[in-house]
Amino acid sequence: MISVGDYIRIMPELVMIAAGILVMLIEPTLGDRDDRRGLGVIALAGSVISIAAALYQAASPDVQGFGWFGMVKVDSFSILFHVVIGFVAAAVILASFEYLETQNIHAGEYYGLILLGASGMMLMSAAVELVLIFIALEISSISTYVLAGIRRRALGGIEASIKYFLLGSFATAFFLYGIALIYGATGSTSIYTIADSLHSGADVPMGLVYAGVALMFVGLGFKIASAPFHVWTPDVYEGAPAPVVALMSTAPKAATFAVLLRILFAAAAPGWFWIVWVSAVLSMCIGNLGALVQTNVKRMLAYSSIAHAGYLLVAFAAARDIGISAAIFYAASYAVMNAGAFIVISHFASHGERYVNLQDYSGLGSRAPGLAAVLTVFLLSLIGIPVTGGFFAKFYVFSAALQAHLVGLVIIGLINSAVAAYYYLRVIVYMYMRAPEHEEIIPVPGAVGISLALGVLATIYLGVLPGRVIDYALQGARALVK
Amino acid sequence: MEGLNNWILSLVTFIPLAGALLLIVFPRRDRDVRIFSLFVSLLTFVLSLHLPVHFASNATSFQYEVNIPWISTPAIHYHLGIDGISMWLVVLTTFLTPLCVLISWRSIHDRVKEFFILMLILETAMIGVFVALDLFLFYFFWEATLIPMALIIGIYGHERRVYAAVKFFLYTMVASVFMLGAILWIYAHTGSFQFADMQAWLNGPNAPNPHALLWLFLGFFIAFAVKVPLFPLHTWLPDAHVEAPTAGSVLLAAVLLKMGTYGLLRFNLGLFPGQSRANAPWIVALAIIGIIYGALVAMVQPNMKKLIAYSSVSHLGFVVLGIFSMTQAGIVGAVYVMLAHGISTGALFMLAGMIHDRRHTYEIAEYGGLATPMPVYATFFLIVTLASVGLPLLNGFIGEFLVLSGAFQAHKVWGILAATGVIWSACYLLWMYQRVFYGQIKVDKNKVLPDLDARERLALWPMAGAALAMGVIPLVWISAIDPAVAGALHTAVHFTSQVMAR
Repeated sequence: MISVGDYIRIMPELVMIAAGILVMLIEPTLGDRDDRRGLGVIALAGSVISIAAALYQAASPDVQGFGWFGMVKVDSFSILFHVVIGFVAAAVILASFEYLETQNIHAGEYYGLILLGASGMMLMSAAVELVLIFIALEISSISTYVLAGIRRRALGGIEASIKYFLLGSFATAFFLYGIALIYGATGSTSIYTIADSLHSGADVPMGLVYAGVALMFVGLGFKIASAPFHVWTPDVYEGAPAPVVALMSTAPKAATFAVLLRILFAAAAPGWFWIVWVSAVLSMCIGNLGALVQTNVKRMLAYSSIAHAGYLLVAFAAARDIGISAAIFYAASYAVMNAGAFIVISHFASHGERYVNLQDYSGLGSRAPGLAAVLTVFLLSLIGIPVTGGFFAKFYVFSAALQAHLVGLVIIGLINSAVAAYYYLRVIVYMYMRAPEHEEIIPVPGAVGISLALGVLATIYLGVLPGRVIDYALQGARALVK
Repeated sequence: MEGLNNWILSLVTFIPLAGALLLIVFPRRDRDVRIFSLFVSLLTFVLSLHLPVHFASNATSFQYEVNIPWISTPAIHYHLGIDGISMWLVVLTTFLTPLCVLISWRSIHDRVKEFFILMLILETAMIGVFVALDLFLFYFFWEATLIPMALIIGIYGHERRVYAAVKFFLYTMVASVFMLGAILWIYAHTGSFQFADMQAWLNGPNAPNPHALLWLFLGFFIAFAVKVPLFPLHTWLPDAHVEAPTAGSVLLAAVLLKMGTYGLLRFNLGLFPGQSRANAPWIVALAIIGIIYGALVAMVQPNMKKLIAYSSVSHLGFVVLGIFSMTQAGIVGAVYVMLAHGISTGALFMLAGMIHDRRHTYEIAEYGGLATPMPVYATFFLIVTLASVGLPLLNGFIGEFLVLSGAFQAHKVWGILAATGVIWSACYLLWMYQRVFYGQIKVDKNKVLPDLDARERLALWPMAGAALAMGVIPLVWISAIDPAVAGALHTAVHFTSQVMAR
């Protein structure tokens, strides 16, 4: 029987969907010249209410637990990811008010797709049934495919969209195939039933399970842009509109990490340790080395996001409560800092995304002191300098890995993070230590300012007082493996 | 008073940061910004004087301790405390910062607000390094010094500033990740970042095998050796010094380098006494090479600031030699050289900065005969030079003497080789003095150079006074340093004998 509780369990998703539909219904009633900020406000309200719904779930323990015939599980794990995704969606929507006008993008479908996509991502982190996970993954993916190409007149955008779509569908096929094999081996698609049959001692064909896990990792590895499934990332991030990249480099990634954590740990799937190990090393090395030679800031951050996926996978390999909570914490702080960095970039890029090269950042420190300072905070966080969330996240991940005695992996990771400092620092050097090419002052509209201020506050909060979030992440980790 | 004792370290550490945060919202009126920064740094200095005044000088344990849990997983504590060694380094930092504000008064005229924000943030981070007793906290502050310093060099420095800033940043950053690895590895086994817990575990019955200990030792060592800088890891230093603005050079030489030697003393010696003893020969060899090499290179420098930079390499060699002589006299001397070098080299950089403000060059060949137009300047320069050379009754002498006597106790050859360094330093510093101040004025511009103004004198008087006081009444400092060193060395000897006995 479907109860009221079931609806409350997916309330954050429902709110997102309702707001998305509302935005798309209102859009056609507006005239060509009407102000479309109202749509943005509705979208923003939708994501804020959605966060509130997730927080309500956190506050009322009787809502937590399984719902919808055991397909959805609300626990501290899913709630944390809901909040992160909602936060990123809200920040991106806020930052897009201005962007949509300068770039001439239709506001209705833009906000609609963000909201619907976010509902898919949220569902990914709550779903505990493989087919539902697949559906949620598709909801999130399809909206990001379209969003990537929403600048219809930009050639790069169309290339990005098609590339992302083709490779993405290919990857989801792998994921689906993996599900099929697991189903064949265990006779179930529910993660917890799979876990039971894997560990009941019953005669399960392990070959199929190994193959299934590997295939699922290929599919999800594509979504989190971990090497060697990362090849699409630089082109897509370069071509897609910057605020969309802010969204798709963070929220769907966080959601996919949630899925990966569920599959690998909740289902206690076997045989993934070395796959994750190799992928982590490759991602860190390829990402950082690739980023070293980029002159386009968006491409550079694309490579950096590959590297960060690698750091996150290090936490996976650590494989205990601590490792899972480190991964959750990393995903959260990465989402905040990367989204923030891309929001600055999207604002600075101006009409037609003209200014995205390193050269264009010369002297930004004097042309737009506020914007440059904020970007500096996010970049320092990406390097992992104290007082920022990125520092603590990295610290926590490596500490978790060392507790699992993964000395080699940690050394590779540490060296990588030292190398990475160079290319982030280069942006700071250009901003503060080069003369500006022109003197034009860049104004920062209120909405962008608010979203950036939120990002900076969250980054510093995670770096200075990470205690509460970590405790919650640990709680989530325990809920996950239980 | 009891209440203040609990909070004094936190106050001293974070008042500069609070000042920096206030500066962010401060109106962009340069004069007010300068006065406000001076006020904040003076307030910090006055408060920091509470530390030596109420310091129980015969105690060997840490004082003014605060220990509050900060983050539960991983178990990180907000744990501050000082002993006689770190106390004087804190006071050195708070003493120099207001003077650095003074000397930046007019030489920094662009983006003034940002400069002082960076400087105050840097002060908090530097003090934090010396007072942290939780290794996470220590690493936190250690890394936090990087960005403000790199920005000070990179934004306000001279022609090749960007190169120097990036080189400085990368050298230190890369080296310190090895230390992070070592800290995390120990934490994975002890479950605590507390200095005392780690020390007990590393030297207790469950200590890791010597092989692992060696790697941990090296992890810490490389981070500190780059910072010191120990030969052959010193190549970032001349660039950073030459390109940095005056205040940046002063803080870099006087405090940031001391973070490295402080780390060697507190962590390498404190956590790994056995490994320190075992590795002392080659470390001392590098230190002695540094002493002689730094001096020889300093001698041929045509650039005043580069000369002072290389003299730092030489002086810091003495510190490392003193620490790894593993004798009471040697280590006390090392701490004393750290403080004395902070004062005298800091003052030398200030003086170099003042002449640069007037002539915009550091080339020694551009000067000559300056004693005639600038007698006050010449006098200050002479006092500081003699202090740096190690003339008795000035601060340099006491420390070097103690270090050398420690080195002789440990190994005669070490002492003999290092003692030549004293001669070298007299050569290059006095020769520079002669070329700059005596002889005929070769460049016409130099004939009309204005002498020091009141503000510059105000910045130099405390330095000269400190140099003299430290030379005449060294016991004021040594009475606190000595028991702390005895405590540290006693633990070291104690643990080593335990290890030997096993």
